[in-house]
Amino acid sequence: MTDTATLTSVSEPNEHGYRSFQLGGFTFDRDEHFVHIEWPTGRHVTPVEDFLKALMRDIAWNFFYGTVNFDSVIGTVNHYGNVDLFAGRFNDAYRKAELDHMENFDHDVIMGAFKDMLSDWTNDGFDPFAAPQETGSPYGVKHGDNEAAITRTRVTAQRMVGLPGDEKIRTDETHPINRMFADVDQSEPTIEVEPGYENDVASFNLFAYLSRSDVTWNPSIVSVCKESLYCPTTEEFILPIIHGNDRVEWFLQLSDEITWRVEDRETGAPRATVVMKAGDVAAMPADIRHQGYSSKRSMLLVWENGSAELPDLIATGQAPTVPVTW
Amino acid sequence: MSDTAPQYTTVFASLENFEKGGVDVINDDPKNYVFSNVFEVASHAKPYEKIAVAKNMQYVLEAIRAEGTSEWRATPHDEFALVLDGEVTIELFDPDETLVDPEASGSVAVDGDPAGKPMGQVVAGQGHMTMLPAGRCYRFTSDRPSVILLQTIDGPDTQHRWADICLS
Ligand SMILES: [Fe+2]
Repeated sequence: MTDTATLTSVSEPNEHGYRSFQLGGFTFDRDEHFVHIEWPTGRHVTPVEDFLKALMRDIAWNFFYGTVNFDSVIGTVNHYGNVDLFAGRFNDAYRKAELDHMENFDHDVIMGAFKDMLSDWTNDGFDPFAAPQETGSPYGVKHGDNEAAITRTRVTAQRMVGLPGDEKIRTDETHPINRMFADVDQSEPTIEVEPGYENDVASFNLFAYLSRSDVTWNPSIVSVCKESLYCPTTEEFILPIIHGNDRVEWFLQLSDEITWRVEDRETGAPRATVVMKAGDVAAMPADIRHQGYSSKRSMLLVWENGSAELPDLIATGQAPTVPVTW
Repeated sequence: MSDTAPQYTTVFASLENFEKGGVDVINDDPKNYVFSNVFEVASHAKPYEKIAVAKNMQYVLEAIRAEGTSEWRATPHDEFALVLDGEVTIELFDPDETLVDPEASGSVAVDGDPAGKPMGQVVAGQGHMTMLPAGRCYRFTSDRPSVILLQTIDGPDTQHRWADICLS
């Protein structure tokens, strides 16, 4: 399906206080516990907590790279300017039964609808970016909102965090140290600059910066070498989406430990479990999808190649799905 | 029940103390994950070898064992040095002449000491990230074995030793 559907609509609040949303042939409703999604060939129900956490990431990451699976049925594929919304597209059973469904939307149309949905369905006291022990409950009838929490986005440094005019380092005033990183050394590097080189001699404590992150599973750009992007993030509990990248992605575990569940990108069939401890480096091939589990809050360096040409090169077989062979 | 908050210990590895995870295969080839450990790689490296531990098309991340003083290098594009273990002094230098083609990829070694002006220096410890700006020179010094992760582009001195460093 490549038609750009633009039909969106919003209902009056239902008996639980929540609005319903229509995006092309998809409808989204929520009640006290669940989100109900219907499309022309099927329906799906999912806990509202899981759905809002996934929706938050999809919005904050601007649909990210490739496929953002909310769960084994629902998700989006980013085509950078337009976005597919799908049900069952990357699920072997739905595909074989021909019950999968996909519609393409202009980026701004689906982003607008998703933002409205997140805003209406997030109650006072619930932060979909936070770890479970750091936030309240998303359940129950509609009560208030949490606009401050849900309008945070990924940080995107232009050259490096801390440079004049670029993203600022984090301080106690805006970003207190997370409870699980209370032991992280906060000392900054010693910098001596000769006059005239103030914009070129720069260094900052990345670990201290990450210890002050107030969000989980939110890769944010801290340094840029042409299309090579360092996107470190702090992780606790479960990655709320299953990421099926359209290119190779790399992980370097900076602290603690994450377990990755790796599945086939198209079918969801299990492929491997990857355990990463501090100092471990691993590629995520372009034909898989992955979901991370982090018991203690950990620091993960996600490394991306932001080249706009990669998705096509990989999809057409001109570039391999693995980064190196030997 | 205790009413004190739990104490958490953040685990950063080092040359002296690292533990490797791994790949449990269900239906896969472990080589697909190009899995290595930066500290293990650096523990077997000679000082200032630039060993690729990650590669995405032309871009690489290099593990560098910093020990003693390096040669001066000139970089055609920004690079970023993240110290993962130990302490490294990074001197930055503005050369009078262009020492590397601005269109090239990866840094090149400079013959001897470059002529020009010192820009300043950074003493970077664990977790500190330093910019190595395009068109300029830099050199590293470390009194004890330390580890740098370098964000850069595959260059003339990048070492590819995947068979030696990766799980298979
Ligand atoms: Fe990912």
